[in-house]
Formats: sequence, structure tokens, C-alpha cells
Amino acid sequence: MNSQMVLYEEEYNLVVGICDALHRDASAKAVFLVDKNGQLLAASGETGDLDTTSLASLTAGNIAATGGLAQLLGEKEFAIQFHEGERDNVHISLVGQRVILVIIFDQRSSLGLVRLRVKKASVELAGVFETINAKAQEHGSTVFSEITDDDIDNLFGDM
Amino acid sequence: MSFINYSSREINCKIVYYGPGLCGKTTNLQYIYAKTNPEAKGKMISLETETERTLFFDFLPLSLGEIRGFKTRFHLYTVPGQVFYDASRKLILKGVDGVVFVADSQVERMDANVESLENLRDNLREQGYDLDKLPYVVQYNKRDLPTAVDADYLRQALNPTRVPDYEAVATTGIGVFDTLKAVAKQVLIELKRGR
Ligand SMILES: Nc1nc2c(ncn2[C@@H]2O[C@H](COP(=O)(O)OP(=O)(O)OP(=O)(O)O)[C@@H](O)[C@H]2O)c(=O)[nH]1
Ligand SMILES: [Mg+2]
Repeated sequence: MNSQMVLYEEEYNLVVGICDALHRDASAKAVFLVDKNGQLLAASGETGDLDTTSLASLTAGNIAATGGLAQLLGEKEFAIQFHEGERDNVHISLVGQRVILVIIFDQRSSLGLVRLRVKKASVELAGVFETINAKAQEHGSTVFSEITDDDIDNLFGDM
Repeated sequence: MSFINYSSREINCKIVYYGPGLCGKTTNLQYIYAKTNPEAKGKMISLETETERTLFFDFLPLSLGEIRGFKTRFHLYTVPGQVFYDASRKLILKGVDGVVFVADSQVERMDANVESLENLRDNLREQGYDLDKLPYVVQYNKRDLPTAVDADYLRQALNPTRVPDYEAVATTGIGVFDTLKAVAKQVLIELKRGR
């Protein structure tokens, strides 16, 4: 079973830095990093009018379905997906075992450029996620050991 | 698998509603969606067939407020209950933090309930989870129908480990929030233990 994902400030900033650079270097509209369970980890670029929570969940569903298909065919995984729209295109790729990188781009960029930049960013991201995994195994989640039953009850006050 | 972000001070957990076809999983989420404040919920996504059966999943993101300065978010998912969608059900269970088993109280659905519950155990085990160690609650839905069997009978058949269970009528909302609260609470207690 996967252990819990914990992102500390330091690694979070590294991850966002890589996404920002990718957004710029690939001339993309937006860059997202999503975990395989559908949670948004980081975003960069024109994300303002996008429903990023939905995007994260659907991307993860998509990767999960494609991964299932790959298994059926005896493939390990389809590491890259590309969807071409009339205006926007979406490039989805896997980084390591747990993270999905999503790039949205239009005619200001090209598939070739996006591919090239994704390769570089993936290597960097994989490195950071190794640290993140190692830290998660060491620390676990410390703040939550201090929450009380009252804290939890209060959360449901107006529900 | 919960996700904690110390930078944005957020914690995200995943809850999956499981159960046989037509037992009312999607209806649970629809009721929660309808009764939650706009600022506490995101968009509900339903990937469904033309006849409104769940095809892949329903998804509803909920914010419950803050705990120790951390925003707590729950991502609610339903699985497709129809037997032949088993491959999809397995995918949705990945990374689950808490499970709600929704049973259909009608006598003619007893076999389907039992089969679905076994399927839940099997699919969890396949991914290295043990239902008895997960935050888990049971809901007996469709209590309003004339062919609904006794809750005690359902409990005997579907809840041998006596986890918290609730009678419900998802269409009118009876028991819906009690069920959600109970599982969400268990998930947070589990986090506190630092699994
Ligand atoms: N009478 C009654 N009908 C209910 C209740 N809950 C759900 N229903 C109805 O049962 C039907 C199926 O409900 P859904 O929520 O779509 O069932 P589901 O479990 O999501 O089904 P799948 O997506 O196929 O797995 C709908 O017509 C609901 O209105 C209930 O408590 N009482
Ligand atoms: Mg459904």
C-alpha cells in the first residue's frame, strides 16, 4: 500500500519552481502536477478560470483507466498521452510511479517543444519526489498527532 | 492515501462509496451536493451512461473547515455498482482513506448486497488493504420502500464486524450526513494516529 503523501514547504517550493520554469520554457498556458489519486499538488500559469480540482480528478481517472488498459495488453504503462483540441492541447505524462504532469498549450507552442521540456522537467521532478517519499517515510504526519476529538467534532458543527 | 501540504496548509482525504448497482451511491453524493454551502463544495462530476448509471465514477470535493490551521478537504467518489464494471471499481479504490458501503434494503437485493460486499473485500485485498483496518461505515439505504427488510437482519448479514451503521433514505437525505460524518471522523482519527 502507498504511504501517505506529505509535501513540506521546502520541496513544495522546488516543485512549484520546476513547474514555473516548464511553463515558461515550453511556452505553455498552464502546467499541473497531480498525484495518481486525483489530488492537485501544484499548478503554474493561467489557472485562474480553470476548475483545477475537477481537472486533477479527471486526469487521474484518465491515467488510471489507461493504466488498466496497458495491463490488459501486457504493457507496463502508457507513459505519455496527448489530446489535440481545436484551440488547446493537453499533454499528460507520468513522473515516477505516483505523479502526473499535465501541460496545456495552444498554437504559441508545439508538441515537439513541450515534449522536449517535459523530459527535462521530469528528471528534476523525479529527484524531488524521491526526497519527498523518503521524508514521508521518516516523519509521517506530526501535526495531526496533536488533534483532539473536540477538534474533529468541531469540524462537523454546521453539517 | 491522504495528502498533506504543509505549504498551502491543506489536507486531502479520499472517501469511496461502494455498493451494488442502484443502491443509491450517486444519490448520496447528489444530496450532499445539494445541501452544502457553495463555498464548501466544488463541482460534482458524474461520468455516467445515458441511462444515468455510473460508468466510471462520481466525484464531489468538499471542504469541511479547518483543523489546527489546516484546511480539511474530502474527495468523495462513488464506484459503478453494476457487476461488469469491476475493472473500474478497482481503479477507484486506489488510494482510498475511508469506505462507505451502501446496502439496498430491499429483500430482492440481498444477494446483490452480499456479492458486492465480498467484491469490496476482494478488490481491497488485491491492493494490499484490509477492510477491517480501514475507516469504514455501512449504510442501509432505501428504508422507505415496502420490501425493505429489518435493519437487524441487514446488520447480521452485512455488518458482522459491527462497524458504525446508519439507516437511510438517500432521496430525502435521511441518514446521509450521519453516514458521511461517521466515516470522515474515522479518517481523521486514523490520521491522528499517524498510520
Ligand atoms: N425509494 C428510494 N429510492 C432511492 C433511494 N436512494 C436512491 N434511490 C433511487 O434509486 C435509483 C438508483 O440510485 P443511484 O444513486 O443512481 O444508484 P447507484 O448506486 O449510484 O447505482 P450505480 O451507479 O448503477 O451503481 C434512483 O432512481 C434513485 O432515485 C431511497 O432511499 N429510496
Ligand atoms: Mg451511481
